[in-house]
Amino acid sequence: MHDMTRRNFFDEAAARERCLRFRKRILDISQQVQALHIGSAYSCTEIVDCIYYGLMRRNPDRTSPDTFVMSKGHGCMIQYVILEDLGVLSREDLDLYCKPNGRLGCHPDYGNPGIEASTGSLGHGLSMAVGMALAERGRKTDGIIYTVLSDGEVQEGSTWEAVLMASSLGTSNLVAFIDNNDFQSLGRTSETHPSFYPLADKFVAFGWETVEVDGHDSAAVFDAVTRRRGGRPLMVVAKTTKGKGISYMENVPIWHYRSPSRKEYEQGTVELEQAAEAEKVAS
Amino acid sequence: MRNTFSEALYKAANANPDVYVVVADISPAGSMGKFRDEYPDRFINVGVAEQSMIGICAGLALKGCQPFAYTIATFTLYRPFEMVRDDLCYQNLPVTVVGMGAGVIYSTLGGTHHTQEDIAIAGALPNMQIIAPCDPAECTEATLYCAQQRNGPVYLRLGKAGEPNYTDKAIDPWQFGKLRYIKRGTDVCILSYGIIMQKAMQLAERFEAKGKSVSVVSCHTLKPLDVRGIEEALHRHKQVIVIEEHAPQGGLAPRTKQIAWDSRAQCRLDTFTLQDAFIHNYGSHDDLLAAHGLELGAIATQVGAA
Repeated sequence: MHDMTRRNFFDEAAARERCLRFRKRILDISQQVQALHIGSAYSCTEIVDCIYYGLMRRNPDRTSPDTFVMSKGHGCMIQYVILEDLGVLSREDLDLYCKPNGRLGCHPDYGNPGIEASTGSLGHGLSMAVGMALAERGRKTDGIIYTVLSDGEVQEGSTWEAVLMASSLGTSNLVAFIDNNDFQSLGRTSETHPSFYPLADKFVAFGWETVEVDGHDSAAVFDAVTRRRGGRPLMVVAKTTKGKGISYMENVPIWHYRSPSRKEYEQGTVELEQAAEAEKVAS
Repeated sequence: MRNTFSEALYKAANANPDVYVVVADISPAGSMGKFRDEYPDRFINVGVAEQSMIGICAGLALKGCQPFAYTIATFTLYRPFEMVRDDLCYQNLPVTVVGMGAGVIYSTLGGTHHTQEDIAIAGALPNMQIIAPCDPAECTEATLYCAQQRNGPVYLRLGKAGEPNYTDKAIDPWQFGKLRYIKRGTDVCILSYGIIMQKAMQLAERFEAKGKSVSVVSCHTLKPLDVRGIEEALHRHKQVIVIEEHAPQGGLAPRTKQIAWDSRAQCRLDTFTLQDAFIHNYGSHDDLLAAHGLELGAIATQVGAA
């Protein structure tokens, strides 16, 4: 029954337009409530957009045979605005984000529309994704499980248990992304953990098909997944910029969890509008 | 008990294609071998990776499956505690966390392998159900319950091997969430659960030898606890005794005292538990229980059954 339009092309211009719109929506929400991980959402905007609009198949009733788990739960604001765009969450849901009579918080909560697992504590998502992939395989269904991890999350031992397990159990229907923005709460990952790099090599050593991409190049993200060899789980190590899209947020750790002031909001709005204008001229 | 668990799980897997078992590097006992051979896709060995074991079970359950996580009790509950809390309890998924060899059964392996606080820890988690069968027959009933229930997660606390059945002639059938009278008397009531039921049965014999009429009750469901049933036991007997292989905090003993206070019970109430201590003794299971003070003669003396 489902619309099997797993697109063999991905409209880059449309993706860029959406991502600017999503960033603006998140910036707007930042003025309603102080609590949100804006930098973390901006760094994986193109990745999550590509998963929902390019990779996951969609049924007419808005469900999908595929599954997305936001393992880096703190980045869920991008998931919320996309689910709103898809009509899975309502405008009211987002208006009531983190408010007493709302149902959406700073981390995805299983049971809310479009949310397939509760995350927020890091190092949980990949194992749950492996379990989901095994369930699909056990039922002989063709669902693909997509998940996005943060680079900080890859420091969790539980993530490495799951990395080993996915490969050993041959979960070829699992596609994971690392939002490698090189920042965590206290600073640059490359400074705290120089041994973290080279990152992709570690997944190759654990038996994953591994590819490195620019995580803000939507077409490259799309191609990385659609051109995979298959037969093994896929890890897409995506180089990203924390706070991508607004100059004063980019690579500045405080924007992990800071809400912009009115003045900062206005500047951010101008930057996003200028980018959208430039996009129109280019297309 | 381990073997009857395996047999019951194998039966459940025959009946339900969504039953999975995810084990962490323990050799399949009894029918677990049959399960593995006949349903290789539903027998998953993660190796020594308990956090992933729980996470994978959560993922399976999120897709509608009915998974069991299976290894030694300390490693199913303590090592992956946050996964049990967040992945299973917070999401309220019907995953059974099987704690094999709970209490101080691994009597030669030292404190790292003892599970003295599991009821308290699992019991503190919202949505968690806790079942501790007292014999292989109850283990079968509990396993079959776990394989079909959709209420949420269960911590299934098991013994190890070679336990006799105490419930063959029980007054009541096994029913989740209900006290089960193995025998019913009027003077003394002994409340217990798990394989230390052996001491409850032996203590009952001592009382009976002195002419007392004794009830022995399997409190197999620790959460939700049958509060009404315990109230009735406290009010219908002159003397109530709790024997449990668990720390003094957070188990059946303090709950029974609380219920006694709340319901203004008038009976004599004695409780016997493990100590709030890591002990460094080795020997048989009975040797370790004795080192904790759980020795039949000592208990009998204290409660007037000697």
